[in-house]
Amino acid sequence: MHNQETAEVRPADAASGGGDLVTARGLTKRFDDFVAVDEVDFSIAHGEAFGFLGPNGAGKTSTMRMIASVSPVTEGHLRVLGMEPASQGPEIRARLGVVPQEDTLDTELTVNENLYIYGRYFGIGGTVLKERIDELLDFVQLTERRDSRVEPLSGGMKRRLTIARALINEPDVLILDEPTTGLDPQARHVLWDRLYRLKQRGVTLIITTHYMDEAEQLCDRLVVMDQAKIVAEGSPKALIDQYSTREVVELRFAVGSQQNVGHLLDDLAQRIEELPDRILLYTHNGDDAVGAVHERGLNPESIVVRRSTLEDVFLRLTGRRLID
Amino acid sequence: MVQSLRVVEANARVYKRTWKGSAVTAFLSPVLFLLAMGLGLGSIIDSNPGADGLGGVRYVSFIASGLLAATAMQTGAVEGSWPVLSGIKWMKSYHAALATPVRVSDLVTGNLLWMAVRVTLSAVAFAIVSALLGVLAPIEVLAALPAAILTGMAFAAPVTAYTAIAKDETRLSAVFRFAILPMFLFSGTFFPIEQLPGWLQPVAYVTPLWHGVELCRSSAIGFDTVLDPIAHLGYLALWASAGWWFAQRNLRKRLQP
Repeated sequence: MHNQETAEVRPADAASGGGDLVTARGLTKRFDDFVAVDEVDFSIAHGEAFGFLGPNGAGKTSTMRMIASVSPVTEGHLRVLGMEPASQGPEIRARLGVVPQEDTLDTELTVNENLYIYGRYFGIGGTVLKERIDELLDFVQLTERRDSRVEPLSGGMKRRLTIARALINEPDVLILDEPTTGLDPQARHVLWDRLYRLKQRGVTLIITTHYMDEAEQLCDRLVVMDQAKIVAEGSPKALIDQYSTREVVELRFAVGSQQNVGHLLDDLAQRIEELPDRILLYTHNGDDAVGAVHERGLNPESIVVRRSTLEDVFLRLTGRRLID
Repeated sequence: MVQSLRVVEANARVYKRTWKGSAVTAFLSPVLFLLAMGLGLGSIIDSNPGADGLGGVRYVSFIASGLLAATAMQTGAVEGSWPVLSGIKWMKSYHAALATPVRVSDLVTGNLLWMAVRVTLSAVAFAIVSALLGVLAPIEVLAALPAAILTGMAFAAPVTAYTAIAKDETRLSAVFRFAILPMFLFSGTFFPIEQLPGWLQPVAYVTPLWHGVELCRSSAIGFDTVLDPIAHLGYLALWASAGWWFAQRNLRKRLQP
């Protein structure tokens, strides 16, 4: 997907400093009185896979829409590919690929027609466009569906078509807003595989997701957003190191007996979290902690020792409250 | 401008899939109207001794010249409603286009240009039918086409602006029920508005359709217009350009908040 066009990126980047494709300082988005994004700072480097994680309503999509230059910045500084979204929107969008949260395909048209019409918006001409469509259909494994209408395609196929469409202009940056929400596990893995290949070709990926496994699979670096602010930033591993422990022990007790044991475990882990149905011990060594639990004469119904995941970090940072 | 033309091109490619149905409608509906209202009803009216009220013109020619404008209105209003809401809400093709270098102004201008194409096609179909049926003279009806197209745009653009703020399709049906249909019936298409009760006549003057009917009738069957033709044209152009401006403003608010 990547070609000599990247050479043109560099001077602009140099002007914006440090080879960053996107820089935001004090970036703010307000809708009337509602603050959707509240003075966030971040930079996204060339070739990086960068994630925005957060619960619904955290401000991820609003941030993405500002980067995609389809939503005006209320306050603060935002540069995309060294350009100003307010005045250079069309020039920025010419070099972005966007996979929106909801499909925006024309379901009455064929797969090929959807790609063709979209390519024409970028001013890509006949033969080049046809060749590119062939390549992209092959890349997203939809070659046999070229002349099918879009409507009967599965959710996974529609997503892949949307990705192919987003790549039609050979973008420097691919923006994906919850790319795998609503897909079955097989479809998600196919999609991840394709995104991973794009990353290897040097395409910068910007992804929002609330799936922790997706973030761990794809992102080199991510920020966690909560209530319009960035609450943490780093690689998945660094975030786990910083906000969680190496391992987690999950203890389940017989119904009704959990409240009697909580206080006996206090000193067994760095952090203890009591949930309605189980107790979590955050510790560097799970097996030692399990040994200590047994030494105290406690017999949980089940014990699971697992590695800490981004989900632990996420829940710690954004809480377990339910957001609708 | 280039970007607006790309929006026109996208519309044309979509239309390639659906043109057959709309072409049938474009030819069939004037045939039915002219046969039923014009030749059927007209034969009674024309045999009435007082038929001089239409200046000696056959009733079918009288309404054909008005229907030309009304057809353009109908096409313009339809194009400005469902396809636009689909782009915003159902198919979301407007969202897709705006993720590319296309701007809201390109999107609106391009879509209005496409609507002008659609209005032209339906007006031409009407002209062909009325000429074939011998209801209107071919050259004269050709001369009336520009006025008909402008009439169509005086509806397409404001209806687009309205659709841009419409929540759902019930708001669209309301336009047809409370604006388009009454105008169709009472703006001079089927009878001179002097026949209306005195207090209703000024209402007819305000409707863009009446101005379109006046212009089409003047070109197609040589009636004198009530106002200077320039005034009629200016009034229609005002609706079209105000609609164009508000469509951009409203769509920008809705699609790029």
